[in-house]
Amino acid sequence: MSADNRETILQASGLVMQFGGLRAVNNFDLTLKKGDLAGLIGPNGAGKTTVFNMITGVYTPTAGKIEFGDQEITGLEPFRINQMGIARTFQNIRLFPTLTVLDNVRIAYHPHAGYSMMDGILHNKKFQVKERELTERAQEFLSVFNLQDRQGEIASSLPYGEQRRLEIARALAAEPRLLLLDEPAAGMNPNESVALMDLIHFIRDRFKLTILLIEHQMRVVMGICEHITVMDFGEVIARGNPTEIQANTRVVEAYLGPGAAALSEKFRRKK
Amino acid sequence: MFKKIDRNKLIFFGGLIGFYLVIQVLQLMGIVTSFLSTILSMGTVLAIVSLGLNLIYGFNGQFSLGQWGFYAIGAYSAADITYRWSNNQDTSALLVLLFSVILVGGAIMILYRTLSRLRGLDALSAFVIYLLATFGFVFLSIKLGGLLTPAMNSALGALPEWLSFTIVYILAVLIAGLVAAEISFLFGLPVLTLGSDYFGIATLGFSIIVKVLLDNSDTLLGFEEMKGARGMIGIPKVDDWGWFAVFAFFMIVVVVTRNLLHSSFGRAIISVREDEIAAKAMGIDVGFYKTLTFVIGSLFAGLAGGLYAHVNAFLHPDTFNFIRSFDPLIVVVLGGLGSMTGTIFASYAYLLVVEWLLRQILPPGFENWRFVVFPVILLIMMLLKPNGLFGNFEMPFLRQLLPPLKKKPAAEAAAAPQEAAQ
Repeated sequence: MSADNRETILQASGLVMQFGGLRAVNNFDLTLKKGDLAGLIGPNGAGKTTVFNMITGVYTPTAGKIEFGDQEITGLEPFRINQMGIARTFQNIRLFPTLTVLDNVRIAYHPHAGYSMMDGILHNKKFQVKERELTERAQEFLSVFNLQDRQGEIASSLPYGEQRRLEIARALAAEPRLLLLDEPAAGMNPNESVALMDLIHFIRDRFKLTILLIEHQMRVVMGICEHITVMDFGEVIARGNPTEIQANTRVVEAYLGPGAAALSEKFRRKK
Repeated sequence: MFKKIDRNKLIFFGGLIGFYLVIQVLQLMGIVTSFLSTILSMGTVLAIVSLGLNLIYGFNGQFSLGQWGFYAIGAYSAADITYRWSNNQDTSALLVLLFSVILVGGAIMILYRTLSRLRGLDALSAFVIYLLATFGFVFLSIKLGGLLTPAMNSALGALPEWLSFTIVYILAVLIAGLVAAEISFLFGLPVLTLGSDYFGIATLGFSIIVKVLLDNSDTLLGFEEMKGARGMIGIPKVDDWGWFAVFAFFMIVVVVTRNLLHSSFGRAIISVREDEIAAKAMGIDVGFYKTLTFVIGSLFAGLAGGLYAHVNAFLHPDTFNFIRSFDPLIVVVLGGLGSMTGTIFASYAYLLVVEWLLRQILPPGFENWRFVVFPVILLIMMLLKPNGLFGNFEMPFLRQLLPPLKKKPAAEAAAAPQEAAQ
């Protein structure tokens, strides 16, 4: 990343999150450049989702600073951070369960609706024009994800894979510049994971996004991330591209236990 | 598509106006007695209250028992305005409340804009600022109202009696709604930060406070004409066209609610009920939409209170005690949470059962059985049809249509990645 003159989109420095006596995240730094597709990995309880929650404003960091573009967003409310251009999906899918697929996406588009509440109550000309625009835009998002024929269905009745896709579609409808995906491949079979990887590449190029994702499936992470940050017990233990990470002793030991790196080395030599 | 919408609109409004005309004709023929038409008015009033509660509880997901308190506030403020005018030709209540409503409302809007930009201001400090502003402006309005009352008295007195009374009546009902709405804003500000169940308890507390204050309205609050626990008499009854006014307000409330819910703002309101955390992450200002819904719901309650005062022409604090505060809740749950159609039908059904079946048809003494009948009905409902009588059903006009898919260019469709599995 030395000779990189792309603009920095997210800069987190010295993030600390303390829950009572537990330091969930300690001294976390992260820099994302425009167009990055970065991964955040680590064993369970390493503090990855806490980092997401700090970036999206669900938690206010105990210490540290987060800058998005040239604005500081530390401690802002989640909805403001979303409106500034950071959207996310959740580890356990959080759709609006009893609403239609279309409405799920239209809600995310609300900050861009472009008419006032008075227009909404009166249902005047401006409302009708803007509402039609909004609906067509939402349907566009759905068709990108191949969900356009499902628009009238209730979100919770969709199969799991489609719920995941809908959640990503909904996050994109907020028109973000940075997209945070929390375990997008969780619960997917290998085929679905491959399709998901294509999809993530596709949306990054089509919507000119920067993407940061948390993922446990190494196949997905190593397959699509250009840059990986590894966390363990709230601390960053390694950074680098997939090959560097795979060769890193500390990473292997964090996942498989102390001594595992030496063992795997022995195993490799035997082969 | 547009022809269809127009037809739905036509059927809906045609149906409502037809219903109104049929009742009107039956009244003239003497088939619908004045007792029955009072029940219909009350049913309509209850429908307005319940639509407000349905907005708060059914669509926004905030369990509120305070609706009845705002109804009481609306009823007493409207009654005080018309009482003073028709008995003493005195517009002081009208003017003071009018000025307070306008000034405090303006102050709240301006303050909300400025305060929401401040970072790190917690709800209670904001509440203190709003409260101080409110007290200041109410004091100012009392002074202003006192100054302008004589001029207004003679100005209104110069008009023919029916016209001046109509003006005072309509203004009184509108002001009643706004008073309730503004009080609900002040009350909701600190309380809406509570989680749903605690919010319910706090609003129940509010209803009880209002009832106790009304019990002592002549001594504690100093309004002689409200006569405290003895009940307020001498409120002018709007008889001849009162039913029309009630029905007109009802139609406005239905259309406003329907339009709001079918707009992007309505979807934002519903998203708060569905999943607060997801709504926040999707750029919805959850606090704002909770407050907005609570204020609109209370506005409806206040309007209904103002109408009720002039249908009944007698107000008693016991009407507003906390047992009765479950009335709109029962209606909303019976009709179906989140169904406007259900709420409207359940309001009339409730009134017919309580006032007509239990009081008129069955032998005397049965009216107290409502405390048995309704819990039993609710129990059976919860077991057999937990979504309420109408569930998610809406009448054609109130139902939201699914927008048709636009045919998109084939090239673009091909560009979308096809999911391998599923």
